Amino acid sequence: MTTSEQVALSNGDTVTVRTGNPSTHYRTPVYVQGKTGRVVALCGVYPDPESLAHGGDGTPYKPLYRVEFPQTDLWDNYNGPPTDRLQVDIYEQWLERTA
Amino acid sequence: MTANHGNEIDHGDHTHPGMDTEELGYHARRVRAMETLLAEKGILTIDEVQRNVDNVESRSPADGARVVAKAWVNPEYRARLLSDPEAALSDMGYELPDPTPKLGVVENSADVHHLVVCTLCSCYPRALLGRPPDWYKSFAYRSRAVVDPRGVLQEFGTEVSADTEVVVLDSTADLRYLVLPQRPAGTEGMSEDELAELVTRDSMVGVSRALSPAPVAADD
Repeated sequence: MTTSEQVALSNGDTVTVRTGNPSTHYRTPVYVQGKTGRVVALCGVYPDPESLAHGGDGTPYKPLYRVEFPQTDLWDNYNGPPTDRLQVDIYEQWLERTA
Repeated sequence: MTANHGNEIDHGDHTHPGMDTEELGYHARRVRAMETLLAEKGILTIDEVQRNVDNVESRSPADGARVVAKAWVNPEYRARLLSDPEAALSDMGYELPDPTPKLGVVENSADVHHLVVCTLCSCYPRALLGRPPDWYKSFAYRSRAVVDPRGVLQEFGTEVSADTEVVVLDSTADLRYLVLPQRPAGTEGMSEDELAELVTRDSMVGVSRALSPAPVAADD
């Protein structure tokens, strides 16, 4: 694994997930697209799946973050307390830092 | 589809020898064809494929249970499992595939209950736990676990009080998650082997807790 790529985000950063439905093999579930969450971990830097799935070599490798959302922000009428959370691993190209 | 003549698939200008595909179903034939192509192009070898299949087939929840039980009795091992899962597993003779998927370990406690799902496909820590149960791959689990985790937990017989946070982990990318369940009460003094018996597959996915020890018969 190469770690030379820039890692732009850090734990605690507030991020909004980009929206889109590109024809590549993206790993960003639609239910978090457009939602704002918080980076809770850098999971590492990995070959870009959107390149790998289309014959590419996965370079440049992309940082992968675990992003957390309050469940009540994701679903209307969520059946549980507001402290319940959802964490999902999202590649950096899908995240925008929110002020 | 091209015609299949006995042992060879005829692509018109060339054939692929050694593929006895007559008795295989559609998907098995497709997989076999892709495997053969990948080997022919030098991307992987049939040996590598077989080694990976053998590895997954040789693993079962009992392997994960050994790891969990060790973490319960050994605080240093627990810390290592949470901070560097690959190294902790390697200590016990479990080698994960390189470079990915990596393993992430999350710990359940009285305050936080983690539940693992893969909404995009069916990512599962196969390298440690073997093959996932069918329900884990079902559309119902994959959609409902994120929308209504407490409802799903209830259906598995797991009551989680409102002051315990439920955290759903959607493993969409290069990590596979293992839940380190909370050690049940009343297990003080039990051996690692005895503890491992309490660690179920479902407790390592987070849909249930580890089993409670069988009550000792009253001596009266």
